[in-house]
Amino acid sequence: MRVFPGTALFLILSAGSRATPQQSPPAPASPPAAPDVAAGKRNFEGHCALCHGIDGGGGRGPSLRRAKLARAADDEALKSLIENGIAPEMPPAWFLAPEEIAGVAAYVRTLGKVPPEVLPGDPARGKAVYARSGCSVCHILAGEGSGYGPELTEVGARRGSSRLRETLQNPGKTIPEDFLFVEATTNSGQTIRGVRLNEDTFSIQLKDQQGRFHSFRKSELRDLKKLRGETPMPSYGSTLSAAEFDDLIHFLASQRGNP
Amino acid sequence: MKPTKQRLTILLALSLLFCTASFAQVPFERIANADQEPGNWLTYSRDLQGHRFSPLTEINTQNVSQLKVKWAFQGPDSNNEVSPIVINGILYVTGPNVAAAVDGRSGRVLWSWRRAIPSDYHSIGFGHTNRGPAVLDDKLFVATLDGYLVALDLKSGAQRWSSKVLDYKTGYSMTMAPLAIDGKVVVGVSGGEAGIRGFIDAYDAKTGAPAWRFWTIPGPGEPGQETWSGETWKTGGGATWVTGAYDPELKLLYWGVGNPGPDWNGDMRPGDNLYTCSFVALDANTGKLRWYFQFSPHDTHDWDATHVPMLFDAPVGGVKRKLIAVANRNAFYYVLDRATGEFIAGKPYAKQTWAKGLDAKGRPIPAADNEPSKEGNLIWPNLNGATVWFSPSYDPQTGFVYVATREIGARYFKRETPYKVGTFFAGGGEDELPPDDASGAIKALQAESGELRWEFQLLSPPWAGVLSTAGGLVFSGSNEGNFYALDAHTGKPLWDFQTGGAITANPVSFTIDGHQCIAIAADRVLYVFGL
Repeated sequence: MRVFPGTALFLILSAGSRATPQQSPPAPASPPAAPDVAAGKRNFEGHCALCHGIDGGGGRGPSLRRAKLARAADDEALKSLIENGIAPEMPPAWFLAPEEIAGVAAYVRTLGKVPPEVLPGDPARGKAVYARSGCSVCHILAGEGSGYGPELTEVGARRGSSRLRETLQNPGKTIPEDFLFVEATTNSGQTIRGVRLNEDTFSIQLKDQQGRFHSFRKSELRDLKKLRGETPMPSYGSTLSAAEFDDLIHFLASQRGNP
Repeated sequence: MKPTKQRLTILLALSLLFCTASFAQVPFERIANADQEPGNWLTYSRDLQGHRFSPLTEINTQNVSQLKVKWAFQGPDSNNEVSPIVINGILYVTGPNVAAAVDGRSGRVLWSWRRAIPSDYHSIGFGHTNRGPAVLDDKLFVATLDGYLVALDLKSGAQRWSSKVLDYKTGYSMTMAPLAIDGKVVVGVSGGEAGIRGFIDAYDAKTGAPAWRFWTIPGPGEPGQETWSGETWKTGGGATWVTGAYDPELKLLYWGVGNPGPDWNGDMRPGDNLYTCSFVALDANTGKLRWYFQFSPHDTHDWDATHVPMLFDAPVGGVKRKLIAVANRNAFYYVLDRATGEFIAGKPYAKQTWAKGLDAKGRPIPAADNEPSKEGNLIWPNLNGATVWFSPSYDPQTGFVYVATREIGARYFKRETPYKVGTFFAGGGEDELPPDDASGAIKALQAESGELRWEFQLLSPPWAGVLSTAGGLVFSGSNEGNFYALDAHTGKPLWDFQTGGAITANPVSFTIDGHQCIAIAADRVLYVFGL
């Protein structure tokens, strides 16, 4: 039998209603069932992937592969956001049952979270390695350092130890999607190397290693090289010992954001 | 009672009065003869032929560098896609379930209208948006998200009538600008990601009474039903969410039809899935199908053929032909005979990897690995295509068609998707390539052949339409907020302005107090530029 569309909708709405039936005092609280992440993944692929990408990497909507979601401070906020949407762009998932929404939320959290690992090395010694290796010349960590490179305050929530190790050894291989190092040469022959802050069809804005901002009309540039795969970050592969590496990586992996 | 001289005088005075009143309105003849009043913009594409070309010349290649903002109008909704109607110095604009008349001199609102969006309304597969109104006689026509075609009084914004087109609770919606033709208002529907059965509707412009409906997915016993299996036609998609074109001589209406449902899982709907991803030519009086041409049979990439068709006459093989052309979302440019639907020419205008080419009848010859898969298949273009809903422009002076072109691929995935009324019915998705692996361009194509004449590179795949003008200019916008003018003959950039918001709309041109203006929406703001 084919259910008449209106009828089916009514059934769905009824099933999803939050009305609390009149009943005797609730049964003793049993621990809530853990969200079904696998079911959440299926629902994500069916309903969310259209905009957020099949693996949450973004598309029409933003990437969800991040530790902190700008619009969902905690899991309750994330569930509420999924249920109610963000008008007008993101439709609400009003057709999912609460446990299904919890599953989607749990799956979304897996996209941006690298689970804590059991790591060799000592984070306290790693902090000292961080300090003497000059990392703070370019990076801000917990409010300290210089803001040329990406902030590292929550790098441990975004990156696993193997990724951190690879970045320290061969930074050009693990450049984030939104990071681009460029070399701009003006019509008068001046060359500026820096991190791209913004770009449109007619202009580009850079920050050089001294933290100075540069803004160019592209028509003022003789050449604009996009140095894909390049980064001002040096490799530490030959400057740190194996033990120092372990210490530094343990220290970075424990950086999981401001409290 | 015999007519007296006095009575005749009164009758004469009355008829003159009515002539004056009707002249101040917008009868169909004014829309059909749009070139006679280049200072107005009376239909979505300015003319019924879908050209989005302005005959105005005051702003031209010599002075466009001095273009300045005259005023800006802040609307209530982001990502505004409106293409205003302009009549005698008044701009008529819309947003989702809103409309307003705006004074062209000052940018101040003269009247506004709003219809509440029901709290249980959901846009499925797109944002809340509206692409503009239509005008005919003394009424402005607005299509609402919750499925009503509303006729407003041009002078006050008061509602004259409203007709229910669809039930939004089953996944339908409306976002497009209606098309007013002789005595009728034509609308199409959104909902191609929600398992709808698409249609095109015409309503009597005076009363709102339904005139005809054309189902884009044929029902049992109708030609084309054999391209569906079982019950799949009931959820077959075929949305019609972009305004069509009209040939007043042939009295044919041309309309683009969207993707089949579910979008990316073709296993669930074997067959060509007519009339999805097609142009249909309909008898304007009856809505009966005269011909169709399917660009992407059995589409599995979400490549709606919902584009503004461009109608023009040009010589083909030494003989002048009545043509219809489109740069399709599937990355091919097509030229057809608009009386018969015969395929005349077609070739890719952007990077594509899904077809080896077109056969003699214009049907694509599929390439290997051109389908979404469980693991994901990298295919160009991406689901939003090599161009999308935003308008191209046909320039009769250069003979070029200008297309805002997207160079972007994606990894397409296929998934199982049960149909559930009023929810996503997509059957997969895609992962776009990273932003720096994608780009855009304005491309000038020879209209009757699709040969590339020039291109202007854009940083990212655009989401804005194109206006060409008799001043030798091409206007368009970028995702990063640039509104810019190019030389229509060469593509050389001549002027640009940072609007501060992503441009996802079509430009228009008109006159205020006799002087040419250009308008474009950028995010929430409508800008009007002049010298």
